[in-house]
Amino acid sequence: MQVLDDVKRIIARQISVPFDQLSPESRLEAIGIESLDVIEIIFALEEKFGIAIGFNANESAALAFETIGQIADEVQKLVAKKAPA
Amino acid sequence: MNRVVITGIGIVSPVGCVIDEFWSALVEGRSGIRPIQAVATERLTTSSAAQVLGYDATAQFGRKQANSLDRFAQFAVSAARDAVKDAGLKIDEELAPQVATIVGSGAGGLNTLDDAYYRLYGENALTLHPLTIPRFMGNAAPSHVSLDLGLKGPAYSVASACASGAHAIGLAFQMVRSGSVPVAVAGGTEACLSVGTIKAWEALRILSNDTCRPFSKTRTGLVLGEGAAILVLEDRDRAVARGASPYAELRGFGMSSDAVDMLSPDPDGAARAIRAALQDARADLEDVDYVNAHGTGTTMNDRTEIGVLRSVFGAHSERLAISSNKGVLAHSLGAAGALEAAATALTLRDQIAPPTANFEVPDPECDLDVIPNTARPMPIRAAISNSFALGGLNAVLLFARA
Repeated sequence: MQVLDDVKRIIARQISVPFDQLSPESRLEAIGIESLDVIEIIFALEEKFGIAIGFNANESAALAFETIGQIADEVQKLVAKKAPA
Repeated sequence: MNRVVITGIGIVSPVGCVIDEFWSALVEGRSGIRPIQAVATERLTTSSAAQVLGYDATAQFGRKQANSLDRFAQFAVSAARDAVKDAGLKIDEELAPQVATIVGSGAGGLNTLDDAYYRLYGENALTLHPLTIPRFMGNAAPSHVSLDLGLKGPAYSVASACASGAHAIGLAFQMVRSGSVPVAVAGGTEACLSVGTIKAWEALRILSNDTCRPFSKTRTGLVLGEGAAILVLEDRDRAVARGASPYAELRGFGMSSDAVDMLSPDPDGAARAIRAALQDARADLEDVDYVNAHGTGTTMNDRTEIGVLRSVFGAHSERLAISSNKGVLAHSLGAAGALEAAATALTLRDQIAPPTANFEVPDPECDLDVIPNTARPMPIRAAISNSFALGGLNAVLLFARA
């Protein structure tokens, strides 16, 4: 899955861990992602895919990303929405 | 050691530039948060802010002088003039070299920078306005305040983001208490509502598109504001001798750095600052009746702050009256700590705790008494005002009845 690989690549670069150590099941907290990392990763994904990810740290209904797979799914969804049917 | 009292207050705020207007809006919970109208909004996703609308710099300074001051310095000078007048302070030749001027600002002359860079990169201009540097530099506020009022003592600016105003007042307090100066003019100012700055805050993903609802479960984040507050801090004996009537006494100041994370608040850092203020004032936990909270209306701040008050004050936390002014004033960054210090001094003078405005639904994780929506007349012997900055720099001021 191309999107998943891109997400993994962006996260790997952000927190300096080997690409191969990341999987869809990797929990963000467990791999050491901090507050600054989350917003930088989201920014990088938005730039890469030309999408807007609805993420506000305060809204109770906000997307709560816990794993890499969840981020990839959301990006996939937004990319699909963007593409003409 | 000298005792230190607040003898003058000057305000530039989204809910008025006169003390009575400012204070009645806070007590009545009338919010100054409005749709953004001072700057072009087509490129913003943020829709609201607490703007100082109707501020007429030309009326305050004349066209020529107004043009040489960024809005953040204009606010500081307006507030400082009012504070000195309110204190009934006569700056004569003898006093002038003994008055300190300390003004906090998170970022300095942002409007000047925004305009200059738009000209440069957007319009491909080859030259910039000759006063670009003196307008945007962070020390422009204390420089212009001291110049305008002829204050010739120690003067400098303080930058600690959202705690700048509180740090400035705390440092001025230490100078007056130690006897190094008899009088200080101190506070904070911020004019951060330029398109560039709002875009930069949007990128942090903590701005609300609704309004600021501190401690409410339905909170949607932080709302930016602007303004300034300047206080006159004075040696109590001197103030009494000249017949001044102080708003409140400033008793203690505590500072700390989280040294944990740039964005997430750290409970230990905030707790250490509160304990340091209590210790500095030689106050017991039970002496504090009211807390003017940092209360930004972000989930992270609000839950952390209430947890910290629980841990520091223990069983007494259940008896504390706690409120945030940010539902009314929003978050004016470097000015916030000073506006809230002014509000805390007025709280002690009038023995009325202002409410947390825009409150809708209790948050089970903020389960202390946050004075929802309605002010509370009550005996208040001492109060603390919390400021916890982005970057983990904390400042807590402890006030007592004059």
